Amino acid sequence: MSPQTDDVALSTTAERKVVVQSAGAQPGKDWVIVTRGLKREYDMGGEIVRALQGVDLAIRKNEYVAIMGPSGSGKSTLMNLIGCLDTPNGGEYWLSGQLVSTMKDDELARVRNKEIGFVFQTFNLLPRASALHNVELPLVYAGVGSAERKERAMEALTKVQLADRASHRPNELSGGQRQRVAIARALVNRPAILLADEPTGNLDSTTSEEIMRVFENLASTGQTVIMVTHEPDIAAHARRVVVLRDGKIASDERNQKVTSSLGL
Amino acid sequence: MPFFESVALALNTIRVQKLKSFFTLLGVMIGVMFLIAVVSIVQGMSNYVENDFAAKIIGVNTFTFRRRPNFNPNTTDDQWREFQRRPRIYAADAELVRSVLPTGNKAAIVNQNFLYASSKLSRPRQVQAIATEAAYFDIKKLVVESGRAFSSQEVGAGAKVIVIGTDIADHLFNGLDPLGREVRIGGMPYTVIGVLEKQGSVFGFSLDRMAIVPWTTPVSRLIQPKGDLQSMIVQGSSREEMQDGIENAREAMRGSRHLAPGRPDNFALETEDSALAFFDGLKRQMIVFGTALPAIGLVVGAMVIMNIMLVAVAERTREIGIRKALGARRIDILSQFLIEASTLSVVGAGIGIALGLLAAKIVSWLTPLPAAVAPWSILMALVLGAGVGIVAGVYPASRAARLDPIAALRQE
Repeated sequence: MSPQTDDVALSTTAERKVVVQSAGAQPGKDWVIVTRGLKREYDMGGEIVRALQGVDLAIRKNEYVAIMGPSGSGKSTLMNLIGCLDTPNGGEYWLSGQLVSTMKDDELARVRNKEIGFVFQTFNLLPRASALHNVELPLVYAGVGSAERKERAMEALTKVQLADRASHRPNELSGGQRQRVAIARALVNRPAILLADEPTGNLDSTTSEEIMRVFENLASTGQTVIMVTHEPDIAAHARRVVVLRDGKIASDERNQKVTSSLGL
Repeated sequence: MPFFESVALALNTIRVQKLKSFFTLLGVMIGVMFLIAVVSIVQGMSNYVENDFAAKIIGVNTFTFRRRPNFNPNTTDDQWREFQRRPRIYAADAELVRSVLPTGNKAAIVNQNFLYASSKLSRPRQVQAIATEAAYFDIKKLVVESGRAFSSQEVGAGAKVIVIGTDIADHLFNGLDPLGREVRIGGMPYTVIGVLEKQGSVFGFSLDRMAIVPWTTPVSRLIQPKGDLQSMIVQGSSREEMQDGIENAREAMRGSRHLAPGRPDNFALETEDSALAFFDGLKRQMIVFGTALPAIGLVVGAMVIMNIMLVAVAERTREIGIRKALGARRIDILSQFLIEASTLSVVGAGIGIALGLLAAKIVSWLTPLPAAVAPWSILMALVLGAGVGIVAGVYPASRAARLDPIAALRQE
């Protein structure tokens, strides 16, 4: 797509083909995520690995964004930073109007609890807990009382059509069901963003479609969804596709197919 | 993470991994078990000594007038030689003491030793022969179940009558009514006039093997061949009166023996306190040695729990990562593992308490050592259990709390 030139920042809006208007984004109500010059470096035994080299990204409320890129492009690093699991070495990151790039561990934990719902490739459910208890977990850490917790967790499970599997453990559920439990868990605390990391990576194609339909539904009901994937088929479901290469944004476009089908 | 959730989680861990949990808790279990058993046995002994022993063997509000102290541990050679040089006590001394006692005090000369009793019907049996006066029955609260005790007149006349304990009655007469039959004590013939009520045993020493005769009869000569007296027991109606009695007796005896002021007594006036002091020392030693070993057990138990918790943290790194991703703060993870460690340890302590009580019961069945459960020891064991868990859990839990969520999530 864009040629690699060092003197021109690739992420500036001018260079993008179908420009996503994020240059003037101000952290606040409309913009859920705003990053400016986000940098992350790792010290791998003396050798500095620049995983992210200044990423400017702005995501509006209700957007459905896919972040793509080959392995080593920095998409996992970006996802960890967006998910507040990691802190950047440089740059700023606002999430729901809060500057999170300078927060300490425990503050980040609170932000993860309130603002972010994670869906992982490997589901990451607690193996010894029932589906219901797994969904309850974020509420436990939010300090919600037992009765309300059960009620809200049940509600979330109902949304993903798994109310009848509430007492089952993860190993008694199919892959698709596990991922749906994970989605219910991600949504139970009504987060600002749903952050999915290769959500279909461990699923067969039929189940993948089923899970993508769930994301589709969520996006259409106004949930902000950010999905990290390397599969173009999966990324094709999103309305906006951000491509990373070598720690920088290589392209940031509206998804033509979806956009046209939606009449935008 | 609410407290009860963490406890439930820990209990679930125990339920799921029964064998591993058992070995984890073994150290704490054994430590607490011995702690409870030892404390119960020591407590039982001391209850016994304070309640039964003092009353039955020594008597309430009593003092004993004798040549040298009876309960005197750690006697030095010098002391012992001094005891040997003391003049013997004779009937005249006893009468002198008796004459100065406050009114209401009861006194009885007592010579006692182990002698053989025999009848025509059985083989000889060793008995506790007590040559005394009529007041002895009253002082020792001895109840004559059948027949009667002997009277002061019989003592005065040197009547060869005898009151025996149930054990001797059963052994010597094997179901026959012993009243009116002949018993030989050390070969001397006596006529049975009474049988005592059954009393049981103290430290495995049967109280039903008593054979009580007037001190004026030949048994006294068998016990004290030199014709002197072993002791005289005196009972006051109150503690103060007993103290008065002791003071009067001391004054009279010192006067009679011409002891100058400043010279020590050359006789002994011994109360139950000296016996109790002796047992107190014994009890302290038993508690120290009895709890040192369980303490080692608890330390080992703590180390095992720490190890297991470190393994648990390593095994559940991913779980910790998930919890952190979902918003668990450091304190949440820390308290989860601390509560888990102390729940484990308290469960171990609970099992240990049950086993300890059982062990104490078994010991009291199989041996003459009595056992009484001290409520404080159970409470202490539980607190100790929780403490061991917390101490053992701090390091693993803080390691868990410091884990980096990304690295933890990547763990397979």
